[in-house]
Amino acid sequence: MSTTAEAPPLTAAPPVRDRRAWLDTALLNVLAVVLALAVGGVLIAVSDEDVRGAASYFVARPSDTLLAVARSVGEAYAALFRGAVLDTRAGDVAGALQPLADTLLFATPLIAGGLAVALPFRAGLFNIGAEGQITMAAVGAAWVGFAVDLPPGIHLVAAILAGLVAGAVWGAVPGLLKATTGAHEVITTIMLNYVARFALLYLLGTAAFQRPGRADPISPPIDSGAVLPVIVPGSRLNLGLLLAVAAAVLTWWLLSRSTVGFRFRAVGANSEAARTAGISVPRVYVLVMVVAGGLAGIAGVSQVLGSERVLTQGVSAGLGFDAITVALLGRANPWGVLGAGVLFGALNAGGITMQAQTGTALDIVTVIQALIVLFIAAPILVRAIFRLRRAGGGLGQLSKGWNG
Amino acid sequence: MRLELHGITKRFGALTANDGIDLTVEPGEVHCLLGENGAGKSTLMNVLFGLLRPDEGRIVLNGVERRFTSPRDAMRSGIGMVHQHFMLVPVFTVAENVALGDEPVRRVRALSVGVLDRDAAAARVREVSARFGFDLDPDAVVGDLPVGVQQRVEIVKALVHEVGVLILDEPTAVLTPQETDELLRIMRDLAAAGTAVVFITHKLREVAAVADRITVLRRGRVVGTVLPPVDTTELATLMVGREVVLTVDKGTSTPGSERLRLTGLRVVDDRGAVVVDGVDLAVRGGEILAVAGVQGNGQTELTQALLGLLPAEGSVQVDGSAVVGRRWDQDGREYLVAPSVRDVLRAGVGYIPEDRSADGIIGSFSVAENLVLDLHDTKPFGSGLVYRPGEVRRNAEHRVEEFDIRTIGVDLPASSLSGGNQQKVVLARELSRPLKVLVASQPTRGLDVGSIEFVHRRIVRERDQGAAVLIVSTELDEVLALADRIAVMCGGRIMGVVPGGTSREVLGLMMAGLDAESAAARAAA
Repeated sequence: MSTTAEAPPLTAAPPVRDRRAWLDTALLNVLAVVLALAVGGVLIAVSDEDVRGAASYFVARPSDTLLAVARSVGEAYAALFRGAVLDTRAGDVAGALQPLADTLLFATPLIAGGLAVALPFRAGLFNIGAEGQITMAAVGAAWVGFAVDLPPGIHLVAAILAGLVAGAVWGAVPGLLKATTGAHEVITTIMLNYVARFALLYLLGTAAFQRPGRADPISPPIDSGAVLPVIVPGSRLNLGLLLAVAAAVLTWWLLSRSTVGFRFRAVGANSEAARTAGISVPRVYVLVMVVAGGLAGIAGVSQVLGSERVLTQGVSAGLGFDAITVALLGRANPWGVLGAGVLFGALNAGGITMQAQTGTALDIVTVIQALIVLFIAAPILVRAIFRLRRAGGGLGQLSKGWNG
Repeated sequence: MRLELHGITKRFGALTANDGIDLTVEPGEVHCLLGENGAGKSTLMNVLFGLLRPDEGRIVLNGVERRFTSPRDAMRSGIGMVHQHFMLVPVFTVAENVALGDEPVRRVRALSVGVLDRDAAAARVREVSARFGFDLDPDAVVGDLPVGVQQRVEIVKALVHEVGVLILDEPTAVLTPQETDELLRIMRDLAAAGTAVVFITHKLREVAAVADRITVLRRGRVVGTVLPPVDTTELATLMVGREVVLTVDKGTSTPGSERLRLTGLRVVDDRGAVVVDGVDLAVRGGEILAVAGVQGNGQTELTQALLGLLPAEGSVQVDGSAVVGRRWDQDGREYLVAPSVRDVLRAGVGYIPEDRSADGIIGSFSVAENLVLDLHDTKPFGSGLVYRPGEVRRNAEHRVEEFDIRTIGVDLPASSLSGGNQQKVVLARELSRPLKVLVASQPTRGLDVGSIEFVHRRIVRERDQGAAVLIVSTELDEVLALADRIAVMCGGRIMGVVPGGTSREVLGLMMAGLDAESAAARAAA
């Protein structure tokens, strides 16, 4: 076919369009956070005693109410900031930066768990099972950590590997079920979460796991040789953070620079076309879930060998579900997950300070987190509020429906 | 009803889809609207049907100017439309579908509510069916009906209202040759009854068969109005703005040794029906074997089984060694080759799937990535775990030039390309490996004339380079243009293999289930 004189004009270079789309997405994310904080502020004000007191004579002296609102919201968010980023009341620099270490400590398992949800998303699978995978990884790592006797260093590596393998095995189960029988991963992963939770509870009652002399479900402490070393003195921030960041880099590499990741993405985007091109779809399902289980394993390892240093019932405590939110906020992109994990880590760390210093309920933070994701999932709403133009962006379709 | 459009202009941003279009359709005429994909045919009809509002221009019906704000307005004024993609509820019956939107209601006094009057709905369907000689069961569930019959339901749905102008938007795209002929007859009957019929298509043969008047659109403008008898070459030239070779320019084939052999291929579908029933075929290098047949006679499953996409009995051999099905070891013991699509492709088989957007490309992947879907893990694009986007990009820039793929950049998603260019991506990918066998299923479905020409040329070139080519097509024009030999398929069986120049009549009879000899005898009589 020769080029005719009337061929459509070739304008608009693609990189420009890409950058614009990226900026648009970034702006939407920031606005979603702003909106969530604004709604959170309303809740803080409404739940504040002083505000309610002043509101009872609002008509007589409205300024009292407005002042009370400003004070309650201002104080709460200032405390949130002090707890998450910079402690302005601390005496020295190390103390002032302490909150950042807390934020990153909270962020570590959220990043790893978020990746465990984000990666299968890209292959068209919805991994609700990070919670169970984190739990089983913690069990594996903890057992090697307290029951096996190895030289320090080697002990740590062995415990980490045990955690990763346990997570990967737990992740492989729904992958295998889907590949061989077509069982939907949403259902199997949810059920495996229950299995993992009660398996943990059972194990903590057995002689192999329960701390001698204790009646409650708690394991012996992890040997000091198997504990993840602290990287910021005076805090609990440990090597787990570096593992999580390395996991994000690895996930990025896997998705954009590896043949396996190419197959993951191909199956996620159009499994029929992938199959027609000779890609084995069942193999992708198994492999992606194994890797996802391993990523969740890093979250479990950092919890049990890093911040907790003991295995209890609450070792995961809903991390696997927060991980879903983090993956959604990060739009199933490794760097996005990294950012979203840090943001959520900051909100968690700051929320504790906020509750301690101003009495504002920690639940507000959970509401703000939920609202952020809600606003990001509804870009049209955010655009309408801020009167932004241009359609597109948003979460897009990350996973297929129930029949996928 | 007399329909006049004056100076209709419709813009979408910078694109002018319709640019000052004038069109007059007289009652009792079949008026063909001809143009390539993207010429503005469907936009114009959507304006007329109230789905889009024109930026400029007037719509005049029987001398009265109308403004439609919704399809409901248009329908009330006597305009009916049969859409390219059916607007039917598959789980509803024919009568329910026809009634939908304007349900006949029986009042129930005691409850003071209305309920659907099924008898009246069924009676309506029977009345319209009888008037136009359709054979439609009002109680049949639409999802169970063949595509051609579903389309008749759409037509009845339009005709139950008083219709003065009936628009058919590319109605033959999904039909078999027989169903197409039937539809053309129906159009003539409707016109004879005084309806103004607007027939949108890009198939020249149908235009020649049925049109009273032809308006050709190109890039949103009317470029010509033609009265029959038509010269299809002239029409094609008007459509694309230059001379088009309608017949494939191919030399005589010089068949070499046998490269593809299917032996006793048998496919049973999920419901237990035998859809491919013991097919034996052999194709030699340097020849094109076309499988002709009415759609749904097992051709799709045949190609899928050949690729290992469907489990099948029997065997497929490429250059004498089995890729699917039975194989014998040195001692003559038989064992099964597990069909892996990858192994079949790597054995030197190229495959152009029937449903391009579902099986051929990944819409959200870039053009460059789509070009290496099959080879992404082989050198130079990847080795072991490592994937090299730079090499993939370089390959894409090369292919885009070689295959004249019209895209702004190789990093754009494949879904941003037109259908013709998407097909070129599939073609470029499959032909970039050295092929022993090329299997192409409906390679030009839905493409415009220019793209069809290109695809045909590349297929012939592959033949001339020594590949065995197996084409499946339901378009007799395509079969006759390309084939060196023709295998006709009916009910999952091969009715016979005949030479390339066999007459349409004989092929038609074979497609209806006659073997080659009886068909030739019947045609001669």
